[in-house]
Amino acid sequence: MRAAVAALAAPPFKVHFMFCLRNVLHAFVLLLGMASAALAGPYEEALLKFTNDSYADTDAAIGSVARSGNPLSLDVIEALRDERLLIGSGQVFIRRTSGELINAATGQAWGNQVGEMKPVRVNNRVRRAIEAALGGLTLLSSDAARRLEAARAVFRSRDEAALPTLEKAIAQESLPHVRDALESARAAILLIRPDAPPMQKLASIETLRIRGDQEALALLSNLPSNAPSEVVAAAGKAADGIRTHLAFWEAFQSVWYGISLGSVLLLAAIGLAITFGTMGVINMAHGEMVMLGAYTTFMVQELIRTYAPGLFEASLLIALPLAFLVAGLVGVILERTVIRFLYGRPLETLLATWGVSLILQQGVRTIFGPTNREVGTPAWMSGALDIGAMSLTYNRIAIVVFAFSVFASLLLVLRYTSLGLYVRAVTQNRRMAGSMGIRTSRIDALAFGLGSGVAGIAGVALSQIDNVSPNLGQGYIIDSFMVVVFGGVGNLWGTLVGAMTLGIANKLLEPYAGAVLGKIALLIAIIVFIQRRPRGLFALKGRAVEA
Amino acid sequence: MSIFDITRRNLMTLAAAALVSSATAQAARAEETIKVGVLHSLSGTMAISETTLKDVMLMLLEEQNKKGGLLGKKLEAVVVDPASNWPLFAEKARELISQHKVSVVFGAWTSVSRKSVLPVFKELNSILFYPVQYEGEESERNVFYTGAAPNQQAIPAVDYLAKEEKVERWVLAGTDYVYPRTTNKILEAYLKSKGVKAEDIMISYTPFGHSDWQTIVADIKKFGSAGKKTAVVSTINGDANVPFYKELANQGVKATDIPVVAFSVGEEELAGIDTKPLVGHLAAWNYFQSVETPENKAFIEKWKAFTKNEKRVSNDPMEAHVIGFNMWVKAVEKAGTTDPDKVIDAIVGIKVPNLTGGVSEMLPNHHITKPVLIGEIKEDGQFDTVWQTDGLVAGDAWSKHLEGSKDLIADWQTLKCGNYNTVTKKCGS
Repeated sequence: MRAAVAALAAPPFKVHFMFCLRNVLHAFVLLLGMASAALAGPYEEALLKFTNDSYADTDAAIGSVARSGNPLSLDVIEALRDERLLIGSGQVFIRRTSGELINAATGQAWGNQVGEMKPVRVNNRVRRAIEAALGGLTLLSSDAARRLEAARAVFRSRDEAALPTLEKAIAQESLPHVRDALESARAAILLIRPDAPPMQKLASIETLRIRGDQEALALLSNLPSNAPSEVVAAAGKAADGIRTHLAFWEAFQSVWYGISLGSVLLLAAIGLAITFGTMGVINMAHGEMVMLGAYTTFMVQELIRTYAPGLFEASLLIALPLAFLVAGLVGVILERTVIRFLYGRPLETLLATWGVSLILQQGVRTIFGPTNREVGTPAWMSGALDIGAMSLTYNRIAIVVFAFSVFASLLLVLRYTSLGLYVRAVTQNRRMAGSMGIRTSRIDALAFGLGSGVAGIAGVALSQIDNVSPNLGQGYIIDSFMVVVFGGVGNLWGTLVGAMTLGIANKLLEPYAGAVLGKIALLIAIIVFIQRRPRGLFALKGRAVEA
Repeated sequence: MSIFDITRRNLMTLAAAALVSSATAQAARAEETIKVGVLHSLSGTMAISETTLKDVMLMLLEEQNKKGGLLGKKLEAVVVDPASNWPLFAEKARELISQHKVSVVFGAWTSVSRKSVLPVFKELNSILFYPVQYEGEESERNVFYTGAAPNQQAIPAVDYLAKEEKVERWVLAGTDYVYPRTTNKILEAYLKSKGVKAEDIMISYTPFGHSDWQTIVADIKKFGSAGKKTAVVSTINGDANVPFYKELANQGVKATDIPVVAFSVGEEELAGIDTKPLVGHLAAWNYFQSVETPENKAFIEKWKAFTKNEKRVSNDPMEAHVIGFNMWVKAVEKAGTTDPDKVIDAIVGIKVPNLTGGVSEMLPNHHITKPVLIGEIKEDGQFDTVWQTDGLVAGDAWSKHLEGSKDLIADWQTLKCGNYNTVTKKCGS
């Protein structure tokens, strides 16, 4: 009760003081909870609209609550956003994050019994109103991040009512990037406001021109029809400038998308570059190794969620070695039980591994069910980094970096470890290697395990951008073979160049030809290329090839 | 040599004996039970969606048997697996009808699988209940369409966006096959008839299982920043949805800025995604698990008990099977036989309660009446119904918005025709 009195009696709200006193009296007379009905200020009236359970009324109520200046209004709107604003028996309650309830009209504590209360329902329209209202209310917040968020919200809502607060916020803002955001919010409001003087509008256009992104362009190219001619001319010029600027960045953006697609292809194909490229095994079950890696990630995350939720951010790092082991082990078993009997018989290998891939798929379907499994994204992989007019999503950046590090480590393993030496020796001349005392069959198994294990860790990365379902691998097997064949069989560098070329070509074609035609065009180009150079981009030379 | 001969002869007799005995066993059982075919993929790409429907059918049959079966006989499910392989659907349908002598088949998901089994059902004169929303432009005597036609899903969804979200610019994004292409053709014609200009419509198709959505989402963002309110109407099917929604979330496309309304994303599909960034995106269906009616509550309880899994979700095509099965049961009871011709005649006009509180009716065009619900995705992967039609909407076999199809009607009761042209007064367009 005391909290409510203090809150309502706070200096800026003297108008309410009389009501407040009456409220206190009533509260004492009628005991707890009966007081709110006696109040009929704009805030209380608006609150009652929430109880109608209608989106239109909720929308209207948000605006009135935000304008009322009541100290609880911020709490009410935040609670609404998080679905913590409850209605029951004609009254409105805020549930604190701690679970305690307070009466939204008076601020009194209300215990923590939710009982029959229901949260006020929220839809997109209401969410937009919330965002706009919060923008206006938090412009003067002491937290810089919230001020920035508020400035962006006002920029989007273009709510004229926020203008006075905005001016005040700009005057006292010390951080340059927040100040820029505040100023572009002001520019957005002034530009569409009919009665703003042309001088102000021209200044606004200049601010937006400097901002130079798609949102600014949208504002500049949609001026109100009654704008003065000099403003229209200036806006047109600024919009043209922004268009040129954006077109320039768009080219970079396409290349980045290409690199990112290329790195996904690289990840999927790099394991195959070992099993098919160096060992010559046509392994149709390669995609299923990727899938096993993804399911391992899922299992790891499930265990972490149950036993150690604090480790969730590191779940992918924990999954990496496990996925390598699981897929690698399956690879070794596959090699020992099936493939080793079929060396030198590519057609039979193809059919046998195709069968194995179906068995693995159906096995996973039986164990985990046919539906997708949810693999969460750690916070550090969510969101996007803005560079100029480009936006690079963190998960794609992580995958690009990851793909290149896998490539580098594999290159090092093949170049500098004894296993790598043996693998190269066996690939180049099996009989000679055998004569030198290398146990060729053991090396075959290990190399196959290595290739499969790498496919497994690709699965960890792909679980972040694709479905974790039994069909995951099928989507990548064709592309992987394409990359390896195009890049040149038996050459890791070829795989890298092949993956990047295909990725970038695909993404540069896509805006013009569409996703379907782009893919077809690329396929035809590869067929023609392979006709001209059957051994791919980087063909192995020497006696090993002829053997 | 002689030993070999004997073994071979033995084998032959054994096989023959086995054949005879199994045939007699089948004949004996056929007298006692009514067989119901279930033709849903249990392996391959479509298993993700279709396995659930098989489970629903098994539950419905078990329930009906507990009530004493049908016409005094027990119902027996014959489950086959067409393995997401379209020609195999036709083979398996033939196997169900000619070999297992089923009285009715519940099955198929994709339009191409439906098209593949159509000739078989016509030739062998059997009945198919098809439970999935589809592109329309079809009405067959042997098929009952319990999913939504475009006017029961796509058109109301677009109306909702235009009215409630004030959308003026439209992205029609779909997977490249018959359902999205036809639906988008209908939507494009409809939007243009409502005064939307060609430059305010962007159409984009992607291959099945498309996983790299960076360019398309960036295009949508760019298209949406022209100052007019923009929405995406998604007929993206199956697995491609997960990476699409992930990319939307990553590139910061929020439902409050550019809402996506999907026609193929339901509770089952959302179960595989982290739904937090998707809150507010929409879906249009005729049923949501979150609908609060006593019928739905009872159904969900039974479903969870049957699957022994508290987390199993229910979705729209499941409800379609529930309605279809109940209609078939009523029609068989009315006809007093499972003979397809009699059931086809008896079923038109049959009314059964649906799970959203209404009563659906089988129409002469072999489509049914359904309510249309628009839902927003909530954080828990369920939908919050934000809008629904006042009453039930009758399914149109032929779209009113397409040239060449707007004059056609289907009526299997009086006209006995699936494509009667009201202008030329002739059957067969």
